[in-house]
Amino acid sequence: MSYATSLYLTGAEIGLSLTGLVLLLVAAWGGTKSARLLTMVSVAALIGAAIFSIGLFDRATSEVAGRAFGDLYRADAFGSFAKILIYLASAAVLVVTPRFFAQSGSYRAEYPVLLLFNAVGMGMMVSATDLMTLYIGLEMSSLSSYVLASFLKQDGRSSEAGLKYFVLGALASGIILYGVSLVYGFTGSTNYEGIRAAFETNFSTGALFGVVFVLAGLAFKVSAVPFHMWTPDVYEGAPTPVTAFFASAPKVAAMGMLLRMAMDPFAGEVDSWRQIVIFSALASIVVGALGAIGQQNLKRLLAYSSINNVGFILIGLAAATQAGVAASLTYVAIYVAMTVGSFTALLMLRAPDGTNLETFADISGLSTKRPALAWSLLAVMFSLAGIPPLFGFWGKFVVFQAAVQANLVALAAIGIAASVIGAFYYLKFIKVMFFDEPTREIETTSPLSHWAVLAICVAIISPLGYLLTIPLGEWTAQAAASFVAAM
Amino acid sequence: MEFPILSLMLAIPLAGAMACLFLGAQSARMVALVATLLNLVLGIVLWMNFEIGGAQWQFVERAEIFAGFSYALGIDGIALMLIMLSVFLMPICILASWDAIEKRVGEYMSAFLLMEVLMIGVFAAQDMFLFYIFFEAGLIPMYLIIGVWGGDNRIYASYKFFLYTLLGSVLMLIAMMWMVNEAGTTDIPTLLNYDFPPAAQTWLWLAFFASFAVKMPMWPVHTWLPDAHVQAPTAGSVILAGVLLKLGGYGFIRFSLPMFPEASEQFAWLVYILSMVAVIYTSLVALVQNDMKKLIAYSSVAHMAIVTVGLFAFNVQGIEGAMMVMLGHGLVSGALFLCVGVIYDRLHTREIARYGGLSINMPKYALFFLLFTMASIGLPGTSNFIGEFLALAGIYKVSTLVTLVCTTGIILGAAYMLYLYRRVAFGDQKNADAAAMPDLNAREWAMLAPIAAAVLWMGVYPESFLAPMRQDIAALEARIARAAPDFDADNVIGTPREHNANYVAPAHGEGHGEEGAH
Repeated sequence: MSYATSLYLTGAEIGLSLTGLVLLLVAAWGGTKSARLLTMVSVAALIGAAIFSIGLFDRATSEVAGRAFGDLYRADAFGSFAKILIYLASAAVLVVTPRFFAQSGSYRAEYPVLLLFNAVGMGMMVSATDLMTLYIGLEMSSLSSYVLASFLKQDGRSSEAGLKYFVLGALASGIILYGVSLVYGFTGSTNYEGIRAAFETNFSTGALFGVVFVLAGLAFKVSAVPFHMWTPDVYEGAPTPVTAFFASAPKVAAMGMLLRMAMDPFAGEVDSWRQIVIFSALASIVVGALGAIGQQNLKRLLAYSSINNVGFILIGLAAATQAGVAASLTYVAIYVAMTVGSFTALLMLRAPDGTNLETFADISGLSTKRPALAWSLLAVMFSLAGIPPLFGFWGKFVVFQAAVQANLVALAAIGIAASVIGAFYYLKFIKVMFFDEPTREIETTSPLSHWAVLAICVAIISPLGYLLTIPLGEWTAQAAASFVAAM
Repeated sequence: MEFPILSLMLAIPLAGAMACLFLGAQSARMVALVATLLNLVLGIVLWMNFEIGGAQWQFVERAEIFAGFSYALGIDGIALMLIMLSVFLMPICILASWDAIEKRVGEYMSAFLLMEVLMIGVFAAQDMFLFYIFFEAGLIPMYLIIGVWGGDNRIYASYKFFLYTLLGSVLMLIAMMWMVNEAGTTDIPTLLNYDFPPAAQTWLWLAFFASFAVKMPMWPVHTWLPDAHVQAPTAGSVILAGVLLKLGGYGFIRFSLPMFPEASEQFAWLVYILSMVAVIYTSLVALVQNDMKKLIAYSSVAHMAIVTVGLFAFNVQGIEGAMMVMLGHGLVSGALFLCVGVIYDRLHTREIARYGGLSINMPKYALFFLLFTMASIGLPGTSNFIGEFLALAGIYKVSTLVTLVCTTGIILGAAYMLYLYRRVAFGDQKNADAAAMPDLNAREWAMLAPIAAAVLWMGVYPESFLAPMRQDIAALEARIARAAPDFDADNVIGTPREHNANYVAPAHGEGHGEEGAH
C-alpha cells in the first residue's frame, strides 16, 4: 500500500483540515467581518467532502479494503456512508446558523472553523479501526463541541452548558480511555482486527471489564440511558443552532463509532454485551418518552426525543446482525433529516423583535399564523412518532424487523409498545400548534436558506421518502457488510 | 396491464387533498365534492366491471417500488363492498360539512380527502405492510378532524382516540414482521393459505386481536368511541361509524380468521363473551344517555358485537351476516349521525331533552329519522334485518346461548332507539326554539335520500350485495372449516340401549351370561 493511497483514502478529512487551517488564518486577519464568507466556504467544503465520500463509497472497498496508514483508518462503505451523513448534516446546520447569532451580534469567524475541525474529528471516529485513531478523533470532535456549546459568552446558560458538557464529556472520555487500556492490556493490540483475533482465543473477565467500560463511555457519547443526564441541560443551554448540530452530526458519528466498535472488535462477544445494549435501548426509549412529557421548553423536549430515538437505533445494534447494523444506519439517516428539520423549524420561530421562541406557549396556534411552517412541523412530529405514512415509520420498521429476524421478538414488542408513550408528547406539539388559539405575535417571514433546508428535510420524511427505501436499503446493507458478515 | 383503476381512486382524492390545502373556503368545498363524486363514479365502474364468480382477486396492480414490501393492490368481493361503502358515504360527508364547517375549510376538506385515500388503500392493499401503512395512517387525519373541528372536549377525545388505537396496532406490526419472516412473503393472498404453526398462531392472533378489537371496538376497549363520536364534527362521526369501525371487522375477515384458523377457534369463547357483554351492557348504557350522539355511539358498539359473533360462527351465514351488518350499520349509523347533525346545526345542542315534537314542524325530517331508526332496530325490509338475521342464524349453529343473549340485545336495541325517537320526534313541542326549526333543505335531502334508498335496496334485494361476496366467503369458510367449533346443542347420538324402555330384567342372573355369549 502506497502512501498516496492512504492520503487519497483520507482525502475528505485532509481537505477539511486544510480548509479549516486556511480559514483560521483568514479569520485571524479578517475578523468578524469575514464570518459570512467563512461560513459559505465551510459549507462548500463540507459538501465537497460529502461528494468525495460518495466517490469513495463504492471504490474504497475494492482497493485494499480502504485501509490507510497501516490499518489505523479504514475508508470503507460504512465509514463513507456515515461521513456523507455527518458532512451533509453539518453543512445544513451551518446554513441556518448565522441568523441566530446575528441578532445578538455575537457571530464570529471561529464558529465555522470549529465546526470544520469537529467534522474532521467525526470523520475519524467513524473510520477508525484502531483505538488510538478512535480516541484522537473523539477528542478532536468533543473539544470543539465544548467550545461551541459555550459560544454565547455573555449568556450564563450557554456557559453553563459548555461547562457541564466538558466535565461530563471528560469523564466519559476517561471511562473510554480506561476501557481502552484494559482491552489493550488483555489483548496486546489496539487494532480492531488484532483485538478481535485475540478475543477469539481468550476472553477473560478483565477484558470483559474493558469492553463494558468502552461501551459505557460510548453510551455517554450517544446519550443513551443511563448516561443521558447531560443531554437535556446541554441541549437547552446551548445556542439553538449548536443544539441542532449536537443532535444531528455528532450523534451519527458516535453511533457509527459504537456500531463499528461493537460489531468489529467485539463481534465475537455479542452475548457478553447484548444484554447491556438491550437494557440501554429499552431504558432510553422509556426514559426519553417519559422525561419529555412534562417539558415546556421545546429544546429540552427535543433532547428527550433524541434520547428516545437513540433507544430505537440501539435495537438495531442489539440484533447484532448485518441487517441490524443496516437498520440502525437507515434509522440514523432518517433521524438526521427529522432532527435537522425540527431544529430548523425551531430556528424559524421568532418574535417580530427577533427574540427566539422556544416554549410550547410560544407556538400555540401556529397553524393559523404560519400554516406552512406548522404543517412542516406536523410532518416532522408525526415522523418522529413513527406514524406511517411518514418516513420516520420506516426507520422504526427496519430496526424492529431486524430484531424480529434475530429472534428478539420480546424486545421488539416491548420497544414498540413503549414508542406509544413517545407518541404522546409528539402529539402535544401538534395539539398546541393546531388545536390551541394563538397567543403571541410571531415573525411572519423567514429567510430562503432556512426554507430550503426545511423543505429538503420535509421532502425526505414525507411519504415520498419511501421511494428511497430501495437505494437506502442497498447502501446501508453495503455499509454494514464492511465489517459484519451476512448470516 | 389493465387500467389501474384502484390507483386512480387513490390518486384523485390525494390530488384533491393537496389542492384543498391551498384553496379558499368555497373552492375547497367544490373541489372536495367533485373529487369524491368522481371517486363514487369510479367506484360504480369498479362494481360494474367486477366479475362475479371470476378470479378471487381482481383489478390487481403491483409495482416493486419499495424495499421490503410492494405496492400491490387488488380486491375481492368483500373489499369491493367496503370500498363502495366508503366512496358512497364520502360525498355525503362533504355535503354534511358544507355549512357546518366555517373555519379552516381548506384544511378540513384536505383531511377528509386524505381519509378517503387511506380507507380505499386499506381495503385494496394486497401487501401486508402496505395494509399496515394505510391502516395506521388513518389516525393522522382523524386526529386532526376531531382535534381542530370537534366539540368542547375535543382535545381529550382526540388524544384518547389516537393513543388507544395506536397502542392496539403496534403489536400487530410486530406480529406481521414475525409472519413475514416465517413465511418469506408479504403478499396477502399467499399468506392467506399459509399454515402457521398452531402454537405461534395463538400469539399472532392475540397481537392482531389487540388491534382489531380496539378498532372494532369491542367491550371493554370501546371507551374511546363514545368520546370520539361525541366530540367529532358530524361528518367525522359519519366516517368514523360508517367506515373506520369496519376496519376491525375487515381485519378479522382478512387476517385473523383465514391466517390463524386454529387460534380463532381457540379464542372463539373470548370473542363470544366479550360480544355478549357488549350487546347487553352497551345497550343498557345507550338506554340512559341524554346525548343523542353518545346514544348512537353506544348502539354502534352493540351492533359491532353482532358482527364479531357472526364472524366467529365459522360458517357462511355467520360471515355473510357479519358483512351485511357492517354494510348496513355503515349506512344506518352514518345516516343517524347525519340526522343528529341536521338538528344540531339548527339548535347547537345534542341534548335529547331540548327537542320534542319535531314531527310537527319537521315532518320530512321525522320521516327519514323514523326510517333510519327502524333500520337500526333491524326491521324487515331494511338493511340491518338481513345482516342481523343471518349473523344470528350463523351463530345459532354454534351456540344457542350466545344467540339467546345477542337476540336479547336486539330487543334492547329496539327499546333505546324507539325511546330516542319518541323523545325527539313525538310528544309535545316543549321547547319553542326547537318548535321553530325549519324542515330539511335541498342539501339535506341530497344527503339523506341516497342513504334511505340504499338502506331499502339492501333490505329488499340483498342479493346485489351478497353476490359479489359469495365466492370469497365460501373460500373463507372452506379455509376455516377444519377448525370450526361444534354445535353446543347438537343432537348427541348416544349408544343405543340394550333393551326397550319397558323391558323387565329376568329375575335370574342368566341374562348377563347370555349377552356375554353374543
